[in-house]
Amino acid sequence: MVPISYYLILAAALFCLGMFGVLIRRNALVVFMCVELMLNAANLTFLAFAKQNGNLTGHVSAFFVIAVAAAEASIGLAIVIAVFRSRGTVNIDEIRTMKH
Amino acid sequence: MNIELILFGAFALLTLLSAGLVIFAKSPISSAMSLVATFFFLAGIYVLLWAHTVAVLQVLVYAGAIMVLFLFVIMLLNLGESTSTGPRLTLSRIAGGAAAAGLLAVLVVAIWRIPERVETFTGPQAVANGFGTLAVIGQTIYTKWLLPFEAVSLLLLVGMVGAVVVAKSRI
Repeated sequence: MVPISYYLILAAALFCLGMFGVLIRRNALVVFMCVELMLNAANLTFLAFAKQNGNLTGHVSAFFVIAVAAAEASIGLAIVIAVFRSRGTVNIDEIRTMKH
Repeated sequence: MNIELILFGAFALLTLLSAGLVIFAKSPISSAMSLVATFFFLAGIYVLLWAHTVAVLQVLVYAGAIMVLFLFVIMLLNLGESTSTGPRLTLSRIAGGAAAAGLLAVLVVAIWRIPERVETFTGPQAVANGFGTLAVIGQTIYTKWLLPFEAVSLLLLVGMVGAVVVAKSRI
């Protein structure tokens, strides 16, 4: 039997890896991938607590997180394509129109 | 040393390794492929957590649909390795590393202080109740969570229309 704290610590490590990637990478697509890593860490926490407490609410929450991640990926990638079309780059350092 | 702990250790190690590769890979394509590997190893961990349905959804939706979308966009934009700046140690990277390490330290200390409850609600009783099976989760969604489910379907519709509108050059 694996203790729940092992799963929680794995989820924390995964979340921090994703956050590290969001903070240091300059490619917008890789930043999106790191956001997906953070969402997966949240899912892992939901499922660990669902097993601990024996109810299925965590599973349903993970299902909703996956659906929202799909919507987020489609909209985010559409925005990346639109930005690439007008600027010719996906480097988030060079996209600073809203930064004044 | 039981088999569950060995499997958990292997999956956890491989998950963290491939997640690290997502961040440190040079080209976006190898980042995406490492992310697919991460999703598969995480699906293994979900099976260890008795979440078979979520594991299947993970492989079908994440490793299947979402990653195909990512790869499609990477190929469409024709991003080579030139976008990567190399392993320079800039101030923002040091700050990002410090922030991530600080958050990890806080979380680990907090998790360590959770009082450990040995009993978990899986076992013969959970098998009898169908814990984590598609039938039981579907029943839960369609009885207790019907309104959020419909909201999510609406969200996906809005996302679909929005993606077309945003990516279209001229409406």
